Amino acid sequence: MRSVVIKPEYHAWRTAARQLLGQGLAPQEVLWTDDPQEASLFAEPEPEPASATAPAVKVPTAFLDLARRAAAHTDPQRWALLYRLLWRLTLGGERHLLSLATDPEVRQLQDWNKSIGRDIHKMHAFVRFRKVGVDAATHREQFVAWFEPDFRIVRLAAPFFEKRFAGMDWSILTPYECAHWDGQQLHFTPGVPRSQAPDGDVLDDLWRTYYKNIFNPARVKINAMQSEMPKKYWKNLPEAPLIADLIAESAGRVQSMLDTPERPALPAPHNAYLQSLRARDQPPPPPPGEGTGSGLESSEGRTAS
Amino acid sequence: MDVARKLEILADAAKYDASCASSGAARKDSRGSAGVGSTGGAGICHSYTPDGRCVSLLKVLMTNACLYDCHYCINRRSSNVARARFTPAEVVQLTLDFYKRNYIEGLFLSSGIIRSADHTMELVIEVARLLREEHHFRGYIHLKTIPEASPSLIALAGRYADRISINVELPSQQSLDTLAPEKNLARTEIAMEHIREKIDERYAEKRPPGAPKPPPFATGQSTQMLVGADASTDASILGCANKLYTAHRLRRVYYSAFSPIPQPSSLLPLKAPPLIREHRLYQADWLLRFYDFKVEEIANPSAPHLDLALDPKLSWALRNRESFPIDVNQAPRERLLRIPGLGVRNVERILSARRFTRLRLTDLVRLRLQMKKLLPFILTDDHHPAKLGLDSDSLRARFLPPPQQLELTFDSPPTPGPSDFLSVRSGEL
Ligand code: SF4
Repeated sequence: MRSVVIKPEYHAWRTAARQLLGQGLAPQEVLWTDDPQEASLFAEPEPEPASATAPAVKVPTAFLDLARRAAAHTDPQRWALLYRLLWRLTLGGERHLLSLATDPEVRQLQDWNKSIGRDIHKMHAFVRFRKVGVDAATHREQFVAWFEPDFRIVRLAAPFFEKRFAGMDWSILTPYECAHWDGQQLHFTPGVPRSQAPDGDVLDDLWRTYYKNIFNPARVKINAMQSEMPKKYWKNLPEAPLIADLIAESAGRVQSMLDTPERPALPAPHNAYLQSLRARDQPPPPPPGEGTGSGLESSEGRTAS
Repeated sequence: MDVARKLEILADAAKYDASCASSGAARKDSRGSAGVGSTGGAGICHSYTPDGRCVSLLKVLMTNACLYDCHYCINRRSSNVARARFTPAEVVQLTLDFYKRNYIEGLFLSSGIIRSADHTMELVIEVARLLREEHHFRGYIHLKTIPEASPSLIALAGRYADRISINVELPSQQSLDTLAPEKNLARTEIAMEHIREKIDERYAEKRPPGAPKPPPFATGQSTQMLVGADASTDASILGCANKLYTAHRLRRVYYSAFSPIPQPSSLLPLKAPPLIREHRLYQADWLLRFYDFKVEEIANPSAPHLDLALDPKLSWALRNRESFPIDVNQAPRERLLRIPGLGVRNVERILSARRFTRLRLTDLVRLRLQMKKLLPFILTDDHHPAKLGLDSDSLRARFLPPPQQLELTFDSPPTPGPSDFLSVRSGEL
């Protein structure tokens, strides 16, 4: 049995896995453990290892992409499972393995990817930037956000923010790692406590005004909301404190709509534009043999003529 | 009136438009520019309101004053709702301020019709122009267009927008004549046709070498149909949708169950339709677009309405039992797609797995399929559904929700509405 203690991140696993595979070590001969010293430390990606020592093994790139994401998960089993899959795909001769969604190990890999993908997606959605100032020299606006992802996804999620917010300076702070953009490059620093992040923004009130008014009280569906925006995110969303009241008031609001008197249709006012519309609506008499039916059926005829 | 008060009125006025999608735009981003914005990935819902709807865009009207009198609409001229009007600069500022805080990923701008269709379109376009040209905004822009506006203005709108749309509102001119007397289906279709040509131009691959690239244009158009405000059947709604998908290649048709508004028009029905009807229409729509179903298979003159208690695919399967069971190890793709409980993604998984292995029930369980729904309709080496009674009369009853739950379901279907486009998008039926 070979015991491998690694820094809990993808590059460390890949370096170790390459060597083990090069030595032909079967998965059951390897015991993977997160380095307890490193587990809580800031993850600095390793430079690409010089591959001179490790023999080149052909691995489907699809697997490497899946593995990179799965590595961000916190399940302690992930390194061992990734190595088992790597083994099966290469020395094990199961090149088609990733086509088998019915394989329990492939399924596990996909499940981890799904959780990571969801976490990244929610980070893209629920980060809220707060303006902290304008850089005196560059005149660029500066924003800071606080977010608490479930997994170690900051590096996976950051390129999206770079593309979307290239024209402003921003930092996203999380408990384990922070991402920063200054218009030139992305860089990462260790995590910070929440107290380092600003608590609100002058625009939050206007945003709440929008949120309140875009809500339709006649269609309350709390489960649908919560399955997409679980409560754990609420504490960092400026609009979330409104939710309870919006729900509580909705039945009354609908009832009062139903209680308002109906309004009759009024005759059209004199208006040049409306008159021109009505004139357009009087089609020239149809050529003989063609119907005057309106609606979808007839429109083709009209388009063609 | 301050901007906050305007925002109250003009967001409230916009909330009945169901479309919220922000996906399907061309890939672009703000790198190398002084602005912000990116599009091209799957849409992002930046928040959800307690109606379960996704908030991805700042959805507002330019003004809610309107010359038209569409009786289902809170902004119609005979309504006595408070009126407001944004200036283009105000909408631009709100969009940028919201965008930079990551509250939204774009703007959905519509407007009541003031003065004339062209005048209104010009206001809407001015906002998009300012965003794109003055502020280098690369985020998502959806502009609602007016069919009566001149083609050159619609072309200009499409140049700035990622998505443009015209609502057909109701599936027949007859219904429009009663409820939206100023609207005309034929004109709407002509405008859609025109938009489609522009979109096609954009995608045309066979440009002679050296020919100039056509000007940029929106990547798609969509529309909305109102459900339950008139007597239109599901068959006619789906027929209309299908026509729009095939003739004008719309990206999406949204269905919006008409919703109570204050001081409704006396021409409206008293009761709003059950939301489950809207949900069933979305499911049926999905069958048309991704499962190769024909409208007549889902709803037709002899059965013009969808079954509210069962999803349309299951309903079809129960009416066509002679097509089952289907052998998951043998059947071609198009037959697998007909199996209730089997979505597009899982059909693909089955197809790719069975190239290397024969699937047994345990494999299907591992795919986490809805076995209860599936079992009567499939065949595997270790499962023959005869004993499950594919022929039995009680099969339908097995799928009905228990009576007390049924009522619940009417109010809160499991995956409701367009806003839930995430769950709808997954397309698992
Ligand atoms: S045109 Fe009709 S639907 Fe649009 S705002 Fe005016 S009244 Fe409402």
